[in-house]
Amino acid sequence: MTQVAVSPGASAPHEAGDPPVPAGHVRLTIDGVTVIAPKGELVIRTAERIGIAIPRFCDHPLLEPVGACRQCLVEVEMGGRPMPKPQAACTQTVADGMVVHSQLSSPVAEKAQRSNLEFLLLNHPLDCPICDKGGECPLQNQVLANGSATSRMRDPKRVFTKPIAVSSEILLDRERCVLCQRCTRFSDQIAGDKFIDLLERGSAQQIGINSAEPFQSYYSGNTIQICPVGALTSTAYRFRARPFDLVSTETVCEHCASGCAMRTDHRAGEVTRRLARIDPEVNEEWNCDKGRFAFPYVREGDRITRPMVRDADGALVPTSWTDAMSVAAGGLLAARDSGGVGVLTGGRLTVTDAYAYAKFARLALRTNDIDFRARQLSAEEAAFLAARVAGGTPESTGVSYAALEKASAVLLVALEPEEESPILFLRLRKASRRGVPVYSLGALATRSLAKMSGTLIGAVPGGEPFVLTALASDALAGAGVPDAESRNKLGALLRTQGAIVLVGERAAEVPGLLTAVDRLAERTGAALAWVPRRAGERGALDAGALGVVLPGGRPVSDPAARAEVERAWGASLPETPGRDTAGILAAVGIAEPDDVASPDRGPAGFADDHADEPARGLAGLLIGGVEISDLPDPAVALAAVASAGFVVSLEIRASAFTELADVVFPVAAAVEKSGAYVNWEGRIRPFAAALPQAGTLDEARILDTLGVEMDVDLYTQTPAAAAADMARLGVWTGARADTAVDHDEQPATHRRHAETIGLSPVINTERAAAGDGSAAGFVLASWRMNLDGGRGLDGEPHLAGTARPDVARLSAADAAVLGVRNGDLVAVRGPASSITLPVAITEMLDGVVWIPARIDGIGTPGRLGANVADRVQVVAAGDTGAAAGKGR
Amino acid sequence: MSFLDPVKGFGVTFATMFKPVVTEDYPKHPDQPAPRYHGRHQLNRHPDGLEKCVGCELCAWACPADAIFVEGADNTDEARFSPGERYGKNYQINYLRCIGCGLCIEACPTRSLTMTNEYELADDDRQRLIYTKDMLLAPLLPGMEQPPHPMRLGDEHDYYARGPELLRQARQAGPLAAEPVATKDTPSPTGAPS
Ligand code: SF4
Ligand code: SF4
Ligand code: SF4
Ligand code: SF4
Ligand code: FES
Repeated sequence: MTQVAVSPGASAPHEAGDPPVPAGHVRLTIDGVTVIAPKGELVIRTAERIGIAIPRFCDHPLLEPVGACRQCLVEVEMGGRPMPKPQAACTQTVADGMVVHSQLSSPVAEKAQRSNLEFLLLNHPLDCPICDKGGECPLQNQVLANGSATSRMRDPKRVFTKPIAVSSEILLDRERCVLCQRCTRFSDQIAGDKFIDLLERGSAQQIGINSAEPFQSYYSGNTIQICPVGALTSTAYRFRARPFDLVSTETVCEHCASGCAMRTDHRAGEVTRRLARIDPEVNEEWNCDKGRFAFPYVREGDRITRPMVRDADGALVPTSWTDAMSVAAGGLLAARDSGGVGVLTGGRLTVTDAYAYAKFARLALRTNDIDFRARQLSAEEAAFLAARVAGGTPESTGVSYAALEKASAVLLVALEPEEESPILFLRLRKASRRGVPVYSLGALATRSLAKMSGTLIGAVPGGEPFVLTALASDALAGAGVPDAESRNKLGALLRTQGAIVLVGERAAEVPGLLTAVDRLAERTGAALAWVPRRAGERGALDAGALGVVLPGGRPVSDPAARAEVERAWGASLPETPGRDTAGILAAVGIAEPDDVASPDRGPAGFADDHADEPARGLAGLLIGGVEISDLPDPAVALAAVASAGFVVSLEIRASAFTELADVVFPVAAAVEKSGAYVNWEGRIRPFAAALPQAGTLDEARILDTLGVEMDVDLYTQTPAAAAADMARLGVWTGARADTAVDHDEQPATHRRHAETIGLSPVINTERAAAGDGSAAGFVLASWRMNLDGGRGLDGEPHLAGTARPDVARLSAADAAVLGVRNGDLVAVRGPASSITLPVAITEMLDGVVWIPARIDGIGTPGRLGANVADRVQVVAAGDTGAAAGKGR
Repeated sequence: MSFLDPVKGFGVTFATMFKPVVTEDYPKHPDQPAPRYHGRHQLNRHPDGLEKCVGCELCAWACPADAIFVEGADNTDEARFSPGERYGKNYQINYLRCIGCGLCIEACPTRSLTMTNEYELADDDRQRLIYTKDMLLAPLLPGMEQPPHPMRLGDEHDYYARGPELLRQARQAGPLAAEPVATKDTPSPTGAPS
């Protein structure tokens, strides 16, 4: 689009023979080089393109220009007349016929820049030896390159108390700050968390926070990375190393399905810090604090370092790999032949590890009983994933980060991006700032929705399918329907080119929702993408670690698809579609074929879609990376695993399941192995091992060896081999199974479900609005927060300090009915127990109460005995709360 | 070749007997090297015993032989090893690598690292030639206190900006304790343990 024309000696810009200027472009001269630039481009960028580096501190390509530091001064001539003073190249836009002289060709610009450095250093402390930025500091580098060797400053420097903690993770040393405002502009423009700002004037000017509001942003770590001096540092990395000590590896974050590119720096065998790596397609230059700071968990004391087997006394004892392999192989073979083995893999697997599990289950264990979902799930979800998601790529689905920026509208269903996929949130916010309308279907207008200037389409938890069905129909919503105007607008937008529907993994919690989403996308033509929370889920789906789908999205039930895999693997595959996590756990230890676990296992159990499945008693389990508190009913899961005849567990750190296992294998954490994740877009995110010398093995390698012990070859010795084996299979091009539930039957199912939760399809929201909610109980809404005490956050207390406080959210009307104010305590009561939390009055539907899905590391649905969309009671929790409320 | 050659050799030997001796009576009477000899390193202390090293790693950075390993850490109110925010938690010099060039001394911003006249750096064990912080730290002189302890000489600023003054005060207050050759530290009157 833009072209660079370098005509020697072309100081007069309009010589004959110059290429013509394309429309929307201008021709200017920088340091004697004629260049054509698009209108509106900043001089500093144009100069960059032709290889002229103008020094800068405040300028950042992803932030709006501000001209705060004055380091980029250049001499500019317009129409033959020099401008009276040097101009800031980072705010000056190009113009036709402009002549720019940078420090390379203008003594005035050179002097201006040198003087500005001296000025910036007036109050800058001599901190380089003790400053974390030393060695990679733009200020240090520029002063060494262009600054004066001596200072003319004779007076004492201005001093500030150093450092002050703007949050538990971020420390601010105001003496070092050059007031470039990159941090404040990032927080305001990119993250939307304006907790940090410029205070005071003159020489007292400084960055600061409102003392009542710490810098509680999920993205605060980015300010450290873009601060051009060492004014912002992290508690975690403080004084840990110098840049030259560090060995950097290009990695990818293992904490969520956003798939951020990262740089992992290590020193002496330990990771010291992680930074966001630039990837314009995915995370641009940012990442979230979880990805940046949550890495010490691999060093926790409960790390499993040696294989263990259970000895005669029932104690787990360390043993050799050979011994553990033969015990595991023997036990799994026996269990396979006496009822079968189920495979549960959690959300942390790389694609190749998941592929090894999928292949191991089919070939060594001869079963399709494998499920990567360690959370609320449903058969409907499995069908949806197999039909609509597996094997998709940004190209094939048309949904990508870049597509969001150009979308005609984005509808979020069962998705709270800031909590569940933080970088997706940043991109949505960027899109919304460019005018892309964002809609969220749900019960709460959250703060992040406000940050995306989004519109809430109200739906009581459990009622979402009705709203989607209404949107899918061509009839306009009448005046009586809540949010009628926004609904009609959204309905129209969804039918335009480029509309995108993003559905979160929580959609599995509401029966009929995924089918409704699927149908909406089909009817309106909107592109559809599924956004899981954890990094490994999407890759596990593509690798076939699910009972109904083989690698590449091949349906198990399709003989042609099976035959393709059989040819590639050279072995026959089991035909029966596998059970899901709930089905596997329910089938453990059941001997009689018709002794089915009761389909109604209480509200905390899984959805009741397993009643019609034949139950074979599973004799063994292979469990990798499943965290018990992620499961909807930990007690049931624990009992099932305890009753299983033979359990093999592959884990990084000791867990409730390794305690029960017969054989435990230690596995490599993400930093210790190479591999790839697949992010929510379906994009492969390969990464290298930061600590390959750690002496740990990845799961694909362990399963490969275990396979050999069981007379099966998996060809997954190395991630490269496994990836190649998987690539040979490719993606299924044949017909996909339809989503499970027949579209035309669906509304009846909806209605039945809606009635069970006390909401008829027609009046769902209206009834709640009438205030019946509090009497009949509240409908529970819930999702997991970004920082919620998960085990991946262990070992980094400073990060945990920036977690958002746990609150119960109620609408103003409901709070008034209950007589509570912000900060008062309320008890949320489910059938099993109650949880007491302070109230935060939120703009949301009446009759709904929201609480975090995990508090103190324990899942709340399991604790309450109530799932999302179930009824719970909410009562004011007495005087203590009232007193606390008065304090505010 | 002359027949006198063998005798010439004796002549050299004979003449040498009347020249000054160049060999040294080591190890019975080891000689003092020149005052600025580049001997074993020393990590100096402030007059109250706090360490001067701030763990900045500039010495390690400057070292052409990569002989120095440093890891910094935070001073806290409970455990303070040096004035200011940062101290050297882990400090090692590998004398199998060190070529005695002294560039590390030039680099040290706090004059923490200096060199002594000790040159007996030979051993038959690799491990013993990696000197750790406890072996490199200057001895505690009278009036010094083993860190961690709070700053006894005022605030951080005083340690750096008023260093020479504090030193003069100490010199005037009484006879100086024996100073290590390469350091100018002296016990301070205010540095007495409380
Ligand atoms: S703290 Fe850093 S990023 Fe923020 S204004 Fe100061 S120098 Fe700029
Ligand atoms: S957004 Fe997700 S992938 Fe990116 S750093 Fe955060 S947790 Fe990691
Ligand atoms: S004297 Fe030279 S070689 Fe020895 S540690 Fe210092 S800088 Fe390195
Ligand atoms: S000895 Fe000096 S240069 Fe080396 S780390 Fe300590 S203060 Fe820095
Ligand atoms: S970079 Fe232009 S004013 Fe800061």
